[in-house]
Amino acid sequence: MQWAISVDHKKLALMYIGAGLCFFLVAGLEAAFMRLQLARAENDVIDPETFNQLFTMHGTTMVFLVGMPILLGFGNYLIPLMVGARDMAFPRLNAFGFWLFIFGGLLLYFSYLGADGLYGAGTAPDVGWFAYAPLTSRTFSRGNSTDYWILGIMVSGFGSMTTAINFIATILCMRCPGMTLMRMPMIGWMMLVVAFLVLVAIPILTGAQIMLLLDRTLGAHFFDPETQGSAILWQHLFWFFGHPEVYILILPAFGFVSEIMPTFSRKVLFGYPLMVAATVGIGFISLGVWAHHMFVVGLGPVLDSFFGATTFLISVPTGIKIFNWLGTMWGGRLHFTTPMLFVTGFVAMFVIGGLTGIMLATVPLTWQLSDSYFVVGHFHYVLFGGTVFGIFGAIFYWFPKATGRMLDERLGKWTFWLLFIGFTLTFMPMHVSGALGMPRRIYTYEADRGWEIWNLISSIGVPVQMAGVAIFLWNAIRALRRGPVAGNDPWDAWTLEWGTTSPPPEWNFDRIPTCTSARPLWDRKNPEDPDAYYE
Amino acid sequence: MIAIVFCIALGATAIGAPAGASQDDTNATASGPPVPPAPAPVRQPDGSVADLDAKLVVCDPDAPPVSGAGVTSIFEPESPPSREIRELGFLVFAICIGIFVVVQGFLVLAIVRGIRSRRAAREEGASAEPTQVYGSVPIEVAWTVIPTIIVFVLTMVTIRTIRDIDITSPPEDALEVIAIGHQWWWEFRYPDEAGEVVTANEMHVPAGRPIWLRLESADVIHSFWVPRLAGKMDLIPGHTNYTWFEADRAGIYLGQCAEYCGTQHAHMLIRVYADEPEAFDDWLAAQRKPAIEDPTVAEGRRVFAEYACLNCHTVDGTSDGMFGPNLTHLASRDTIGSGFIPLNRENLRAWIDDPAQLKIGCNMPSLKLDAAELDAVTDYLLTLN
Amino acid sequence: MGGAGMTALPANQEAGATLRSPLSRAKVGMACLIFMESAIFSAFLVTYLYYIGKSPDGPQPLECLELGLVLVNSACLISSSFTVVIAVRALARGAMGAFRFWLALTILLGIEFLVGTGYEWWGLIEDKGLTLQSNAFGTNFYSLVGLHAFHVIVGMLMLVIILVLSIFGCIRPDRDHQRVDIATWYWHFVDVVWILVFTLVYIVGRVPQGAPAS
Repeated sequence: MQWAISVDHKKLALMYIGAGLCFFLVAGLEAAFMRLQLARAENDVIDPETFNQLFTMHGTTMVFLVGMPILLGFGNYLIPLMVGARDMAFPRLNAFGFWLFIFGGLLLYFSYLGADGLYGAGTAPDVGWFAYAPLTSRTFSRGNSTDYWILGIMVSGFGSMTTAINFIATILCMRCPGMTLMRMPMIGWMMLVVAFLVLVAIPILTGAQIMLLLDRTLGAHFFDPETQGSAILWQHLFWFFGHPEVYILILPAFGFVSEIMPTFSRKVLFGYPLMVAATVGIGFISLGVWAHHMFVVGLGPVLDSFFGATTFLISVPTGIKIFNWLGTMWGGRLHFTTPMLFVTGFVAMFVIGGLTGIMLATVPLTWQLSDSYFVVGHFHYVLFGGTVFGIFGAIFYWFPKATGRMLDERLGKWTFWLLFIGFTLTFMPMHVSGALGMPRRIYTYEADRGWEIWNLISSIGVPVQMAGVAIFLWNAIRALRRGPVAGNDPWDAWTLEWGTTSPPPEWNFDRIPTCTSARPLWDRKNPEDPDAYYE
Repeated sequence: MIAIVFCIALGATAIGAPAGASQDDTNATASGPPVPPAPAPVRQPDGSVADLDAKLVVCDPDAPPVSGAGVTSIFEPESPPSREIRELGFLVFAICIGIFVVVQGFLVLAIVRGIRSRRAAREEGASAEPTQVYGSVPIEVAWTVIPTIIVFVLTMVTIRTIRDIDITSPPEDALEVIAIGHQWWWEFRYPDEAGEVVTANEMHVPAGRPIWLRLESADVIHSFWVPRLAGKMDLIPGHTNYTWFEADRAGIYLGQCAEYCGTQHAHMLIRVYADEPEAFDDWLAAQRKPAIEDPTVAEGRRVFAEYACLNCHTVDGTSDGMFGPNLTHLASRDTIGSGFIPLNRENLRAWIDDPAQLKIGCNMPSLKLDAAELDAVTDYLLTLN
Repeated sequence: MGGAGMTALPANQEAGATLRSPLSRAKVGMACLIFMESAIFSAFLVTYLYYIGKSPDGPQPLECLELGLVLVNSACLISSSFTVVIAVRALARGAMGAFRFWLALTILLGIEFLVGTGYEWWGLIEDKGLTLQSNAFGTNFYSLVGLHAFHVIVGMLMLVIILVLSIFGCIRPDRDHQRVDIATWYWHFVDVVWILVFTLVYIVGRVPQGAPAS
């Protein structure tokens, strides 16, 4: 009951993360069913209407109900602790945002029960997570499933916006004495940029969704080609939101890596100022690359070239981050705890995802590879190998802080290796089937195209991943009940949250700390060689 | 537990008898749609019958394959745009492999050194942390500048290829074909002063001549993708797009719709038949003729007219419905259902009886014909060569 | 393992030493809200711009949109920004009576704007047949102007609440001057957006039938 009325940022954060993990399991099941259907050519385990709902809900859930809440939840938990504040700037707004998110998510899933369509089809939304017009118009999406998609996401989007306002206000106004912006942990910078991206991108999606709702319910003519509406306008609006959205999903994971990797390399983050510059650069450039999702729409050579160039450009600051992390590891004394395994795996997988991204930035190559399984492989490498691995690393790293208990290391390593192997089995072959001509979002495929073997391998990876997740859940439940006590600072880390108890009291710190450098606890533990000299 | 269930289910579908796993016999399994059999004999424009593969063997011993792993591969180009894309792809792939080796190499090296360093420190009993390195301006400048240069080179090469492929006016001597996307079939039109030819799902083109393809949509967004001929281009309602290709040699090129367009997006297949120029002219001439009026199938023609088929389907000289594929020369095609059901008597009859059995969600209703009417109209349609 | 912040951290010893940020949370929060609202208005403004001249059928801007009434409405809305500034200054001085007067005047001007807009819409629907469904122009006109009107209502609600609180004596100049000031930022934002909307809809967009915008 205390949790239901809480405005404490830590409780809200744990609820965000818990709810996100529940949705993760649901979306994972949706994917498992898809892979079951696709394991063999011309399979008939799942009919097309159900399959189309599955991929729509899988994508929508993973982006809006798993990625956003878990990452923003971590921001909610860590930002006040890391900047030395007692809570977020607007605690009640924080709570309001959380309950909006929950309501939006439940509204979306209510569609399985509530929406009705013609011929009994189309209960859950089945228009794809990017819901292109005019497939979403009343003519082609009968029934209410698309309306559930619109409203569920719109409502939980308002929740994200309130969280973003909180992040910015807290980071800009509530840092403890001595903590200049350039002494803030990297997560602070990541969350700051993410919050700005949320404020720019999500309202655009909300606007587009309002337009779509007007089209569907009141006969407006925004996206309806039969009356001079423009289907391409939807794509521009959606992707203007959609591309910053994927950076919203990856930047916090970058932040996790930037905290975890130094701790387990026993070395300071390499090149902090350049990392900040790269982060801000990514934030800005990400607002200018959206039409790389539209290279096959026929925008013309000028626009295609422009967006190809900006997409290439954004790989530079992203690469800089990878190199800085390598520079952090280099010369360190690496301790491969589970969090370290996950963030190292992150770096390895993200390099691959980034490189396939470069291939996709090559516009003519995208003319072949767009809308094929190559793209599915690419974005799962950056979103699963990237974001999800980062999330698992963060969970294993901060679980002791939040709960006061340690997760089991052996089970953690099992989780990592099973996820790593299963993930590779599932998503690496997709690059091959994509290059062999397999398009996305098809519920079955011809047997004589040579795609079957790759699909079968992909499907075999699913139970491996499931096992990894199951072991993780077992680990977490067991640790909560009778895990070893963690203490304040089990990892011997250097940011402010490790200076208070595990779990922290509701007021976070008995006394607001003073920050002497980017690693306040390092200065405390190494008084003969404080960081401040080097800044 | 769920993983175990999943494995069992996976195994069941793998070992069990799903549709299509066996390519030998025509049969309707007790559950699920009839299994489409292997490609059946095809009627030639002159009325003779030839085996599909045999025809290709006779025409061109080294024609491109029509099944197997390369049949829709982007790395098996048979046309200038897809060839240019492959070249560019090789270059980009090579650069990416290089970056991959360097970066992952450093990662592995850092890991190995780091583990050793920790082990050594532990053995020595050293309690101090390793040397803290806060950054290095020369190194950071290097790994900013070098990627920028690489990216700049890639941008220049990309722009050049874009300009080569993304042309805004038809190449010289191009044949214009219009493709109109429908849920879930393709309409192809050949504009000509002698008379426009309209067909569906199977596009014939002359090999060795550029094809200027105009792309429009009748309903939602589709995408025309035949990987061996060109990159894909969307068909967007209210917005006309153009693409082009030139088949190097005669053969059949496969593809399918590549933009999610609803329930049967997966079964909107494309078959491009590149014919030798004389064979193409023959085909076009035959397609231009009105429908064959075979008196022996008058009964079937009557059923066709009476049962509202003609409201959706055009048969030149008999009806002009616009909603479904043009059937004037249906029997000259190899497939129905947009490319995934071979055309033979059994399949056609099953399709007319209940299209949803073969292609669930498809817009064609079952008109509940009785057996005699079904036979009659099937026979009628099979005469439409 | 040490209490919260006791042994592990260099605690802030001086009671008054805090990082005095020049930014207050409330200001940053309101700025973020305005930033966000600007984004959603941008979506509708860009869409409106895109659709100028793209309605071959149905009622046209040039024949539908008359400048008379809307100029009066605009004058009221713009001047309400000035009146609300005067109100805030009165509050800073502690002149509660003046504060309430100017605030009430601001609200009245806002009401005029809304009523005037409603009257204009009535005329458009009844006489000109322009509805959300009639053509692209109708769709865009009502959604853009309607979105703005919605924000005017929200802003007015805020002002009304402040006025009511003030009548009940809950507003104190020393404590609440800054808060009220920040709340009026929203009102100024709504005004600025109106200037953009007005320019786009009534000036740039009033083109003859079928003619595309330059």
